[in-house]
Amino acid sequence: MSLALIAALPFLGALLPGLMIRAGRNSCATITFSVTGLALIGLLMNAPAVLRGEVLTEGYNWLPALGLNVNFMLDGLGFLFALLILGIGLLIIAYARFYLSKSDPMGNFYTYLLLFQGAMVGIVLSDNILLLLIFWELTSLSSFLLIGFWRHLPEGRQGARMALTVTGLGGLAMIGGMLILGQIAGSYDIHVILTQGEAIRQSDLYLPALLLILLGAFTKSAQFPFHFWLPHAMAAPTPVSAYLHSATMVKAGLFLMARLWPVLSGTPEWTMLVAGAGLITMVLGAVIALFKDDLKALLAFSTVSHLGLITFLLGLGTDYAAIGAVFHIINHATFKAALFMTAGIVDHEAGTRNIRLLGGLRKLMPITFAIGTVAALSMAGIPLFNGFLSKEMMLEAAHDSGTWVAVAATLGAIFSVAYSLRFVFHTFLGPEREDYPHHPHDPPFGLWAPPALLAVLVVVIGLFPQQTVGHLVEVISGAVTGAHPHVHLALWHGVTPALLMSAIAVAAGFVLLAFQRSLAPIWDNAPRPEAKAIFDAIVDPLARGATALTDTLHDGAISRYLGIFSVVVVAYGAWAFLGGDFAPGTRPLLPVGPVELVFFTLVMVATAGIVLVHRMRFVALIVISICGLVVSMTFVQFSAPDLALTQLTVEVVTIILLLLALNYLPKETPAESGTMRRWRDGAVALIAGGGIGGLAYVILTRDMSLPTIADYHIANSYTGGGGNNVVNVILVDFRGFDTMGEISVLGIAALIIFALIEVILRGPASRRLLNWRPDMPQAHDRHPLMMVVATRVALPIALTVGVYIFLRGHNQPGGGFIAGLVVAIALLMQYMASGFAWSQERQRFAYHGMISLGVLIAVLTGTTSLVLGWNFLTSTNAHVHVWPLDDIHLASAAAFDLGVFLTVIGAVMLALASLSRIGLRAGEGINLTAADIDPTAERSPLVDAETRRETGEEH
Amino acid sequence: MEVLVAIAIGAMTAAGVYLLLRLRTFPVVLGLSMLSYAVNVFIFASGRLLAGAPPILGAAEVMTDPLPQALVLTAIVISFGMTALVVIMALGSYLNAGTDAIDIEKPGEDPDRAH
Repeated sequence: MSLALIAALPFLGALLPGLMIRAGRNSCATITFSVTGLALIGLLMNAPAVLRGEVLTEGYNWLPALGLNVNFMLDGLGFLFALLILGIGLLIIAYARFYLSKSDPMGNFYTYLLLFQGAMVGIVLSDNILLLLIFWELTSLSSFLLIGFWRHLPEGRQGARMALTVTGLGGLAMIGGMLILGQIAGSYDIHVILTQGEAIRQSDLYLPALLLILLGAFTKSAQFPFHFWLPHAMAAPTPVSAYLHSATMVKAGLFLMARLWPVLSGTPEWTMLVAGAGLITMVLGAVIALFKDDLKALLAFSTVSHLGLITFLLGLGTDYAAIGAVFHIINHATFKAALFMTAGIVDHEAGTRNIRLLGGLRKLMPITFAIGTVAALSMAGIPLFNGFLSKEMMLEAAHDSGTWVAVAATLGAIFSVAYSLRFVFHTFLGPEREDYPHHPHDPPFGLWAPPALLAVLVVVIGLFPQQTVGHLVEVISGAVTGAHPHVHLALWHGVTPALLMSAIAVAAGFVLLAFQRSLAPIWDNAPRPEAKAIFDAIVDPLARGATALTDTLHDGAISRYLGIFSVVVVAYGAWAFLGGDFAPGTRPLLPVGPVELVFFTLVMVATAGIVLVHRMRFVALIVISICGLVVSMTFVQFSAPDLALTQLTVEVVTIILLLLALNYLPKETPAESGTMRRWRDGAVALIAGGGIGGLAYVILTRDMSLPTIADYHIANSYTGGGGNNVVNVILVDFRGFDTMGEISVLGIAALIIFALIEVILRGPASRRLLNWRPDMPQAHDRHPLMMVVATRVALPIALTVGVYIFLRGHNQPGGGFIAGLVVAIALLMQYMASGFAWSQERQRFAYHGMISLGVLIAVLTGTTSLVLGWNFLTSTNAHVHVWPLDDIHLASAAAFDLGVFLTVIGAVMLALASLSRIGLRAGEGINLTAADIDPTAERSPLVDAETRRETGEEH
Repeated sequence: MEVLVAIAIGAMTAAGVYLLLRLRTFPVVLGLSMLSYAVNVFIFASGRLLAGAPPILGAAEVMTDPLPQALVLTAIVISFGMTALVVIMALGSYLNAGTDAIDIEKPGEDPDRAH
């Protein structure tokens, strides 16, 4: 299967669980399982090639100018990780089906899980470090959703936030490191970078790049001193912990170190930083783990410790250590996932995962006991289990690196044995208790089967390492080291120093466990830095500072922001203007005729008027419509008939809408700003107006500095677009893509209006509306007969005009936008004259449908040209002769214009219909006969006496 | 003529900005409309003013620049969509809050801010 498809499958599949949850929890889990299973099968189809040592690549250009390409590569290392991510993912999906309770939103869970899975697969299959970074950030984000899945728990939210902060910051540092790396190597493609090892190690920028990349890897893989986030992330549901902290998220850092091993390793800096951090983490994590009473916390710190182990091995920089690291990645994933699932089962069935409340579960939960023991013994490094083999390799590598390293490694191993045994002894062994929160018993098959499968793997790999994974480890180690190491995994190597160290560790571990209960109080009372306290001490003041800054700048006074914004924009323009040379324009000016003078006077009076009378809202609407009409006339005067028509129709629709809205708003604006404030606002307004006016003057009085591209449009309008109206041809053909975006925006705006009304009608507004009292006297005949008759007579005429304007639009002023508005006005008039309910009853199609149909037609028109092998939205035209009609010149862009037409009608009408719903809720009577007299108006409580007295009106 | 157009654009902008700075929703909606007029005419005028030269093939000897017209045509329709949306928002906030003032008195506290 294509590598891109493998990476894309989880993302595509993430859409499904949310849908399938409606069909039940089993369907939801099954579909998620199938998606992951499909991706896994796709991966395994590539297995033969990878095991032959081939490197598969696949690439698509995305932003080649930036070096960002969607390049994928599959070699042994990527194969191993993808196998772990998808394989253990399958088990986790099955396990989670039975783990999550009925109240957990399972659809969300599986969606987040698949998103995370896709991001992880993306990381391990990327052959481009920029692409890898994108997936890397995606894992941080999706793991945030998973860790904080139980959002009602404060620990869950805090743990998620901490994980996101730490891994997110590490990711930022890594972006810097990767960019440096790409600069040194001259390419962002990993397979190229891997060949540039020498150049990279000798570059002056090697150290900064190394530090930044390691910051990313260490934070992700919870290495000291960034190990603290991982235990807090344990607030997540157990399937998440098992997935993120055994096989995937924390392994991403290891993957990265292994991936870049050939170019970054082998220097003293690498060894000191990576091996050092790994060793410290290994010992520290093991010590803390022993004293944790929460099963998951114990496992969390053991994970920290084992991640340290692998990091340590990668840091040593030898081929042997790298083989050990790869082998331990496999082993750790198997036994740790099983252990997390076991802990989850104990928690689920016994009602607690506090070790102090547990013990004696051996007979009550025999299956769980068996699985847990096998996995824990492997974690302890007891022979016959897979953990033993890789731990031997670690000890051997440590032994070769000097005495102190060997001592530290042995110490880590001792504690590792102790906490592993504690997991078994203090949970399952000992006397049975009476006081478990629930009566424990073995879980259903679905819960124990996944960890059991892993436990079988633990034993099989432990007994037959060479036969099972030997070849795989060899291929992977080859991919990591870039060489061809010979791998021979065996149970028995003879009596080696490592075996002795192991024996010491096991013996000492037993002793240590015996004293654990007496040592615990000492450990608990010992002073030590608390990572969470330090983290909070850093983050809290930052958060407080950010909040204070935001609150100061963003204090809710919108008029203040707008004022500042206006002044700053003008000041910026003025600064640019004063910095350049200015010469007066040379373009000859047009003469001013009497008509123009009249219009100018009109608009100036109206503009002044709107400022003066804006508090009387109805009057303001009339005055502002004068401005709109003069603008329309301006378009007529200066050769823009299409614009004039559009402006005119939009003006009508807008004013009607504002009038309807004003019905439910106060009719007057109170005078509340003081003189100072008005002068200040006036000054801001004059500055802004002066700036724009001045800019307009400067532009208008000079010719264009560059040749306009209009000539191209004019020359090709008829031959290419099949129309004489260049503006319309630009809209539906040359710039059709823009127009498609614009009608989408219009449609979305209308849908938002619809959704807003839905929300408004549910909230407190609904109560207000139900008790609505009109604040103005209402007319007796709400639908005057004259108007009803006039609009009904006008309807067919208006519709015909609309169709006519649409049809001629390609060659004469008109087109889809204007025609749509004309038709919308014709319909609006019916609503206004005959009443909403009466009109709505006669309207047989949903306006939402019209919007989507319109956008769909536009898209289909474009896609048709794509199918025919042209560019998107390429149009064609032809002369058609249909008897008895004359020659008809048809352009395919007309179909696109039809989409525009429908969208405009739908959007306008949906906005109006939404507004009418408010009227209905406010108790506007439903009229089923058109010319109705409102019988309630005369004796109506709707018109309260006070209003009548105030307005001095008599009824 | 150009002077008059520039003055009208400036005046409409000034009125629009002044209304935008008012404290109630309705004047702000009116201000947005005024600003839309001004901006539309401004963009249209950037194609320079030419009388009797509609961009229709065969209609006149010279032809004005059709491109700004196409831009403005969609801008007019989009500004309708914007106005409609803002009006509904104003209506909703008035019906919900019982006031049409646009400034928030005090910034709301986020209850779930870092513990």
